[in-house]
Amino acid sequence: MNLWDQFLWVIFPYLSLVIFVLGHIYRYVYDQYGWTPKSSQMFERRMLMWGVLLFHWGILFVFIGHVMGLLVPIEVYRAMGVSDHAYHLLALWAGTFFGVIALAGILLLNMRRWFISRVRTNTETMRFITDGLLLVVILSGLFATVGYRIYAAQYDLPAEFEYRENIAPWFRSLFYFAPQAELMLEVPLMFQVHVLLAFVLFALWPFSSLVHVFSIPLGYLRRGYIQYRSSNPQAARARERARRKGQQVPRPERSRNVE
Amino acid sequence: MQVKAQIAMVMNLDKCIGCHTCSVTCKNVWTNRQGTEYQWWNNVETKPGVGYPKLYEDQERWKGGWTLDRKGRLKLKAGGKLRKLLNIFFNPDLPEIEDYYEPWTYDYETLTKAGPSDDQPVARPISQISGDPLDLAWGPNWDDDLAGGTTTARFDPNIRGELEESVRFEYEKVFMMYLPRICEHCLNPSCVASCPSGAMYKREEDGIVLVDQEQCRGWRYCVSGCPYKKVYFNWETGKAEKCTLCYPRIESGQPTICSETCVGRLRYIGLILYDADRVQEAASTPDEKDLLDAQRSVFLDPSDPEVVEQARYDGVPDDWIEAAQRSPIYPLAIEWGVALPLHPEYRTLPMVWYVPPLSPVMGFVEGEGSEADPDDVFPAIDELRIPVQYLANLLSAGDEEVIRNVLKRLAAMRGYMREKNLSGAGADEIADSVGMSPRAVEDMYRLLAIAKYEERYVIPLAHKELAAELEGQQGSCGLDFAGGPGSCAPAEPNGSRRNEAFYAMKEKLEQRAGELGSVPAPNVQFFKSKADFESFHLKGRPQGGGA
Repeated sequence: MNLWDQFLWVIFPYLSLVIFVLGHIYRYVYDQYGWTPKSSQMFERRMLMWGVLLFHWGILFVFIGHVMGLLVPIEVYRAMGVSDHAYHLLALWAGTFFGVIALAGILLLNMRRWFISRVRTNTETMRFITDGLLLVVILSGLFATVGYRIYAAQYDLPAEFEYRENIAPWFRSLFYFAPQAELMLEVPLMFQVHVLLAFVLFALWPFSSLVHVFSIPLGYLRRGYIQYRSSNPQAARARERARRKGQQVPRPERSRNVE
Repeated sequence: MQVKAQIAMVMNLDKCIGCHTCSVTCKNVWTNRQGTEYQWWNNVETKPGVGYPKLYEDQERWKGGWTLDRKGRLKLKAGGKLRKLLNIFFNPDLPEIEDYYEPWTYDYETLTKAGPSDDQPVARPISQISGDPLDLAWGPNWDDDLAGGTTTARFDPNIRGELEESVRFEYEKVFMMYLPRICEHCLNPSCVASCPSGAMYKREEDGIVLVDQEQCRGWRYCVSGCPYKKVYFNWETGKAEKCTLCYPRIESGQPTICSETCVGRLRYIGLILYDADRVQEAASTPDEKDLLDAQRSVFLDPSDPEVVEQARYDGVPDDWIEAAQRSPIYPLAIEWGVALPLHPEYRTLPMVWYVPPLSPVMGFVEGEGSEADPDDVFPAIDELRIPVQYLANLLSAGDEEVIRNVLKRLAAMRGYMREKNLSGAGADEIADSVGMSPRAVEDMYRLLAIAKYEERYVIPLAHKELAAELEGQQGSCGLDFAGGPGSCAPAEPNGSRRNEAFYAMKEKLEQRAGELGSVPAPNVQFFKSKADFESFHLKGRPQGGGA
């Protein structure tokens, strides 16, 4: 294993992940004001509706598929009695189905971004890059899923490439800090490309509008409808506590306005 | 009972001349930035008309405000929380820029640099969003004074029911009025309830509804959730913005800029004390026509000793209670009952109310050979140019009797004062006929006709010295972000960026704090030196001079 392999499968992924984590912390601390998906729905509605719905719902299930393939070890499936063939059948059909949905969505979103004048004019460079990269990553992923089977059929290779025995353990090895770069060396090129492109995306993630992924407003479900904020939250809380107990709150002296 | 104070506004539509000074000063103060060109936090609509944005009052289309579910419980018209989260990727009820208008400027360069030519050079309109040439088809107040009314005004959502048959847009039968609108700063704001991020809130102390620009995540549900469409999406920053009721002015006892500059002096600002515990109950009133009375019942009489005691108990400062007792809003809305909320049927309990306009009596009533007695205006109330039903659809959820009573009181006030000026004695029977005392009629006349600045705007100073986080906030640059409306440290001609205003204020605060003894002066401990302040606020050392 040469230095180049070490770089691709150890140094670069770690660089990317460090940027991902620290970048998000930095952005969250210093740029709350910029933390937004920056919608362009006002400018164009119809294409956005189709693009956004197809892409987001598609990518949501694609994400679940990646968790199933990368984070859940193959031993778990075998222990559960899911045969490798059954797994790959599901991965192929569900993966292709949702992959194509996400692809159609991101394709529409990219077209819209480039061809609709007022959307294009108000798009930052980073948005073009991440939207384009998302398209390429999804394309390469689909190509790895479907393309490998076509490739394998021509060269009499096993039709199902078992990425759960190399890519998945390599990916997990990154997180317990014992990276096994050698696992990635024999992986077909189309899978390698997909993985590397994904890590490029992770490195750009915190500096793009993709940060909105971490703002899914689940808190909304628990929150009361009408929100009040006090300029003196401590006093407001003390009043509220006293109210519940039916006590009088010590009052500040009247009108000490500092001009 | 839980007493809260709310800054409220009343506009006397009788006096609005549609000059748009309020809109223009508001725009110059708040929304002359990229991304906000189309935002009119204050706008003046000609009614009947489609309004701004187009047909915003059609809630079947926009799903703004609240409605009651089958069990009579209050719910957002656009659907509950889970439904919103499932729709988080795409807001189905959001207006497009075409529903407002595409903001534009002109290609002045071509005009000013045009060489000698046989043809007149022109400045073509270009879009401020895309920079492309634009064929103007709609713009702010495109239908001002009923311009194009024959094609657009008929779609006014307030023209419905019988009105649809009777309203004609022929010249001699047409009617119109002006409706200035700002954010309603509702007691039961549906924008706040619609915000998935919890970025919108009502201020505990004065009820002003604001958007936390840092917490806003740009989901845009406030825009569609507000039935008055007074929350706008800033397409440059990707965040929601809205009328702030000029809170920096209000906090220092000044009226909003739209009120300050109102040529007709038709705006009134004051405090209302209300019972926060009863807001939801009032908003859930089953019959739309009872919503007005329900909202009025939430307002508390600031002179009632019991209310005063409870207000003190709930932390309302004494000078605010006094201000509430002098409020011009309370008599207009409650005692005399001549001010009405805009579209109470949206169930948001809006807090900008309107005195409906009297209008000329239709020609065929007062025309030649008319036997009408000029002093006897009541029979003519139903013959006014602006149909009572139209005003009712606007201001009382369709209840014509409410409008009729208000117009009678306004007419009676004129009759009473005419009588008093001509004969020297008040005509008590006129006051009697509308159920008011002569004293009340004269007070109402004073407030509506000749009230001075201090009577129209009764705004207590904010008790910022009670704010816990003052040290951190005072002297910082309000809204000093990229694209923000203001920066506290403009570069001086000599290149210095020293903020004189800040130091003046700092010294004053320290001095004042010294006098008061017990009050810690904000900032005094926070910034040990000028260099501290500058490195904190001015992001690095100033170039040349300064520190």
